[in-house]
Amino acid sequence: MSDVVAQGLDPSNPNLRFLEEVSRRTAGVSRLEMCIQCGTCGGSCPSSADMDHTPRMLFAMIRAGMREEALQSNTPWICVSCYHCVVRCPQDVHIADVMYTLKSMAIHAKLYRDSTPPHFSQTFVDMVEKYGRSYEFGLATRHYLKHFPLRLPGMAPMGLGMLTRKRIELKPRRIRGIQQLHAILERAKEVEENE
Amino acid sequence: MSAYLYYPGCSMEASALAYHESLMAICEPLGLNLDEIEDWNCCGATEYVGVSTTPAYALICRNLALAKEQAKGTDTVVAPCSACYLNLAKANYYMRERPSLGEKVNAALAAGGLHYEPDSLIIRHLLDVIINDIGLDTVKSKVVRPLTGLRVAPYLGCMVPRPDYQKRWSDHEHPNELDRLLRALGAQVIDFPLKTHCCGGHMTQIGPATAFELIRRLIASAQQHQADLMATVCPMCQMNIDAYQAETNRHFRTNYRMPILFFTQLMGLAFGLDPKRLGFGREFVNAQPALSRIGVEVPTNEAEQKPPRIPGRRDKNLPMPRMPGEEEN
Ligand code: SF4
Ligand code: SF4
Repeated sequence: MSDVVAQGLDPSNPNLRFLEEVSRRTAGVSRLEMCIQCGTCGGSCPSSADMDHTPRMLFAMIRAGMREEALQSNTPWICVSCYHCVVRCPQDVHIADVMYTLKSMAIHAKLYRDSTPPHFSQTFVDMVEKYGRSYEFGLATRHYLKHFPLRLPGMAPMGLGMLTRKRIELKPRRIRGIQQLHAILERAKEVEENE
Repeated sequence: MSAYLYYPGCSMEASALAYHESLMAICEPLGLNLDEIEDWNCCGATEYVGVSTTPAYALICRNLALAKEQAKGTDTVVAPCSACYLNLAKANYYMRERPSLGEKVNAALAAGGLHYEPDSLIIRHLLDVIINDIGLDTVKSKVVRPLTGLRVAPYLGCMVPRPDYQKRWSDHEHPNELDRLLRALGAQVIDFPLKTHCCGGHMTQIGPATAFELIRRLIASAQQHQADLMATVCPMCQMNIDAYQAETNRHFRTNYRMPILFFTQLMGLAFGLDPKRLGFGREFVNAQPALSRIGVEVPTNEAEQKPPRIPGRRDKNLPMPRMPGEEEN
């Protein structure tokens, strides 16, 4: 990315509205603009060691209009939705939901760097949209073959164990109202696009 | 009989079948009447919300709309799964906090002839209902085979006590509900410092190294406190700590064998119910050695007695397959 400082100084830069956009796209009232950069979130985070940026840093980048850098960060993908930061944040920022928003925006803009997490989410969503239920067998086989072929031999006993314990079903279950669900999701997607 | 609308969630039919079986078995002694929501759909877990917002919330709310239509004499929906509980509770809360979300979701639901008025149902987790509605006195009165001497680590995970929109839990990080319940069953409950720490969630699928470390911390801490087993309220936590314990052991070259059961299985045992009805033997880390300590025999999975030899060990230096983000999807 080009000179970020120069970008930040340009008032016509649409990225200056990035904070507003993230906030608007978040499901509840994000309160992201209320962040006081105290760092409580990063200090509470069990997986911050694996993150490119702590949540606090990420929120500073969002405020600075660093759109591409923020959407490329692995942080939202490493977030495990533990909500530790959420209950500790002095400003009640809906941190975990902001992470979800950033993921969806990164998918939309194709800015994620590791395709494993978004493909997993998308595969899960595909199954749910098709059947109305999650379908773990289909999800696991598609996902592991594509992203973790090397993990498969080690996983085989577990897969077998899941079967012998009746903890995984080979066939998907489909809800009766699948047409209704399709109609609802179609409309929801239109509403989302027109936003 | 206390009647509730019931949202099982997908895990109860497969990966958490033991949770389902044991819950169904304890309903009668508890006087718990669960009215399953007809034709419910998946809540989207933690995946759909990370893909797109309005469809994710519309998916969740189809369940709430159906539940409301079905409601007879109760407005409370009970969910046994943490992620389902949080998704339903979150949709209920955010649609009111941000009316524009409510409008978008209802515009979508209308395409399926449905509507949901935010906050017209109350969403609660199973543990909350057992502790606060049925009550520990009733639970205690049903105990015929106390779990005396069994050292249990009470493990709640993240999404039950947090973010807690309706302020139902005694604490966000160290709630005592599960401790009190297990004590009512006669168990010796350890003061488990990581009781609401994360099990790794979906990271077992997408970032195993991150997940294995979170799993290791939990098991190591439970072991350090000399727990015989862990008790959980969540299908995902059970799956990660149980089914991925072998892979976690391989990753760290450790040799933990920490069983993790659903709290409903322990309730069933204490109530003197036939262990065959309580889903024992579905766990990967056999719980029998722990339960033998208190003289309880449960069915076990034969395969578990002789773990199959795993050919070769995963080469730690092999790189994870990565794909350029631009490539597809
Ligand atoms: S804890 Fe809240 S206020 Fe503090 S840095 Fe994190 S988001 Fe900002
Ligand atoms: S919710 Fe996400 S960002 Fe917050 S503490 Fe947990 S893992 Fe870290």
